[in-house]
Amino acid sequence: MSVGLVPKSASERVLGATSWFVFAFLYAPIIVLTIFSFNENDNVGIWTEFSFRWYGEMFQNDAVMGALRNSLIVAVISTVVSTLLGTAAAVALEKYRFRGRTAFDGLTYLPVIIPDVTMAVMMLLFFVQLFAMLGGLGLSFQFGLGTISLSHIAFSISFVAIVVRARLGQLDPSLEEAAADLYADRRTAFRRVTLPLIMPSVLGGALLALTISLDDVVVTSFVSGPGSTTLPVYVFGLVRRGVTPLINAVSVVMLAASITLVLVSLVFQRRGDGDPGSAGI
Amino acid sequence: MSTELRDEPEAVEVTPELEADAERAQARQGFLVALPALGYLILFFAVPLLIVFVYSFATRSSTGRTLLQDWNLDSYRRLWDPLVGEIALRSVVLAVLTTVICLLLSYPLAYYMATRPPKTRNLMMVLVLIPFWSNFLVRTYAWRVLLGSDGPISQLSQALGGEPIRILFTNTAVLIGLVYGFLPLMVIPVYAALERMDWSLVEAARDLYAPGWAAFRKVTFPLSMPGVIAGSVLVFIPTLGAYVTPALLGGARTTLLGDYIVSQFLAARNQPFGSALSVAVMVVMLIAVVIYFRRGGRTL
Amino acid sequence: MSEAVELSGVTKRFGDFTAVDGIDLAVGDGEFFSLLGPSGCGKTTTLRMIAGFEFPTEGSLRIHGTEMGLLPPNKRPVNTVFQSYALFPHMNIEENVGFGLLMKKVGKSEIDERVKRTLDMVQLGSRAAAKPDQLSGGQRQRVALARALVNEPEVLLLDEPLGALDLKLRQSMQLELKELQHRVGITFIYVTHDQQEALTMSDRIGVMNEGRLLQVDDPEELYERPKSRFVANFIGEINLLDGTVGSGGEIELGGDLRVSGGDGLAAGTSVGIGLRPERITLHDDGMVPDGRVALPGTVASRIYHGDYYAYAVETPAGHIDVTEENRAGVQTHDEGIRVVVSWDPSASTVVVD
Repeated sequence: MSVGLVPKSASERVLGATSWFVFAFLYAPIIVLTIFSFNENDNVGIWTEFSFRWYGEMFQNDAVMGALRNSLIVAVISTVVSTLLGTAAAVALEKYRFRGRTAFDGLTYLPVIIPDVTMAVMMLLFFVQLFAMLGGLGLSFQFGLGTISLSHIAFSISFVAIVVRARLGQLDPSLEEAAADLYADRRTAFRRVTLPLIMPSVLGGALLALTISLDDVVVTSFVSGPGSTTLPVYVFGLVRRGVTPLINAVSVVMLAASITLVLVSLVFQRRGDGDPGSAGI
Repeated sequence: MSTELRDEPEAVEVTPELEADAERAQARQGFLVALPALGYLILFFAVPLLIVFVYSFATRSSTGRTLLQDWNLDSYRRLWDPLVGEIALRSVVLAVLTTVICLLLSYPLAYYMATRPPKTRNLMMVLVLIPFWSNFLVRTYAWRVLLGSDGPISQLSQALGGEPIRILFTNTAVLIGLVYGFLPLMVIPVYAALERMDWSLVEAARDLYAPGWAAFRKVTFPLSMPGVIAGSVLVFIPTLGAYVTPALLGGARTTLLGDYIVSQFLAARNQPFGSALSVAVMVVMLIAVVIYFRRGGRTL
Repeated sequence: MSEAVELSGVTKRFGDFTAVDGIDLAVGDGEFFSLLGPSGCGKTTTLRMIAGFEFPTEGSLRIHGTEMGLLPPNKRPVNTVFQSYALFPHMNIEENVGFGLLMKKVGKSEIDERVKRTLDMVQLGSRAAAKPDQLSGGQRQRVALARALVNEPEVLLLDEPLGALDLKLRQSMQLELKELQHRVGITFIYVTHDQQEALTMSDRIGVMNEGRLLQVDDPEELYERPKSRFVANFIGEINLLDGTVGSGGEIELGGDLRVSGGDGLAAGTSVGIGLRPERITLHDDGMVPDGRVALPGTVASRIYHGDYYAYAVETPAGHIDVTEENRAGVQTHDEGIRVVVSWDPSASTVVVD
């Protein structure tokens, strides 16, 4: 790349300044929140002294811990299922021709495009109808971790499929042919050649599914039932009412968790093709 | 090897029928691989979508229950209600503003990134991605801390002898939150377009006597257009349906489509009308996405 | 002994497009056979059908007498060297080369032994632990060869294997490949669009165009006696003079020139007389030796190429390109002067169509 294209000129300096302003804009809120979470005072706005007090209280708080547990259960279930289904979908779409492929292709893109709110409405009405029908058969179901997991899987499959497909599309198709030429049947060729090569993107997709599940507020709040509140929904309920030091601490923990996930995911992606830009969306 | 081959049932001269059979077998295998995800998406996505569509033609009883009978277009007619128009207009204006501000902030950054050496470039990309993949709710909440009347910005203003800042619960706060939330969705595609670009084209333009600004206007910017369009659609879509940001940073008089739809289900309990609103928003999004793909967008 | 590979009436259609159109071909045991043609002529599809990556739409494809039908590639006694090499990037060289044997469930010690022997054969014994991306293009090419040959296939299929290499390396690999084929004695079927490469390496060449196999011959025959305009034009440089078969079997060219060679063709058939530029001599007026076909003309241009001169001569029978070797004392002819072009009657060839 020709860096000398625009010599260190006024325009170059303006570009640089804007860039660093944008980075400041991106990171300032996160940093401020983190600092405030270590404030001892009950009043968020008034700094007294550095303390882990609110982190300690967070771990003592049954509601927070219960919500965290729910979040983790849902996230693990939806990540495992959507990674398996999404990877299979990616393979089917990228490697095979079959009737209905185009429609299936469209169907895998829709959940990504559709806004949270619509997805939430869809899942709510669907489960209401489904439970009414099953109720007619004498079966009784309720909103809870099950409905939340089923909903998360429904939108996570697409994200996994898109990430894995991008990688599959880059693979030289002769690699699988070479494996077949060297006496591997289709299944073995996939297991020994294709799968290891797309593994970074499968893991990347899984981490994306995990992040999305741990992030979701809107859909979850529509399909959760009594006692199945997840952490983001719980926090959302509290912050609508106001800022508290406890929420600051919970937020920073959630933030740290998601940043760790991103970094891990970037490392995996990097091992795949060295381009952090392909880490997701 | 050869002896084993002779026993194979397939080992006969090929005819078009046999070739077609082989292709069908392939297709069947592909379908089976697709089946679990396909079945799941039909049951837990396509069917729910259909139900929303059906609900949008249903009737709301006086007690707020939805009656799946007396199918009518009332809910769609209500979309032309001035109140709905006002909310939709506010949402669209906010979404457009968010998109434009994101573009104005992203383009210089993406350009700057694309002209750095590869190592710096990748590091900056990571810096863009980290906040993006961080918990959205928490990032929005951070602005509530930052913008609060006793928050750091307000305190700084007062320390400097100014007024306390009161922008929380206004459209401005929502706008800041939306820009903050979706900025990376603009940076990533614009950067990708600029990074992929053949920079010798710019050199060629300079060689052909174009001054720097003209070279940018005539060569660089048009070539980065696919990225700009992709970014704009990617920002516009979620902004239009945003719920969390206005709920946390907006006030009573800043209702947007997202919270308006939610309120139809939680507060007002008018499911048919809420469904009709959802369908309408979805149609707008699909149009935006079709534009995106028409202009050669690939990633989402 | 049956033929190594035998195709009869093999056709491949992709929807409405016919990629390969009724090919009949027999490749002998131990032969170095090349399929030559422009891109899109169906040569790669033909190779892929032999490998089993594509199935024919119809026709019979036998390897050592066994019908291949719809057998998948993993059940065929052939191996392929891919244009992109298709080395598994996540395996080292040893694992790449041993992959086929591992799949065939050959014992561990035998795998090690054969992999080592084959790597030594391609002079890569010392790089066994390297990953493909640590090797140069030429080395990768050799690993691809070793990975195929280690399985001792009945037929080795090579899809433009030298296409990605630079000219120098290409030329040395051509010799190496030819020498290797002699040593292992396996049938090679080699796909290329480079006529020079095909001529220097092959025992026989099949020229393809638009899905059809036009001519199969050894390199000399193909160069000296092309049977169609396409083959004549595709292989080397050639002058094709338009002519018509007369009633006595002679061929009439422009400028009242008559040459023999039309025997057996119906009178009135239009034919082409093929003449290689290096087989034509230029003379000053009146100096043509007896027994040669002679035609007057004017030198339109002369281009110096170092080891030869290229002339363009306008004659009543059409435009003729002539090359003359730059020997000591060679007489050159300036632009615009009148000359006589001549050739031995046996030097020309007749193409119909």
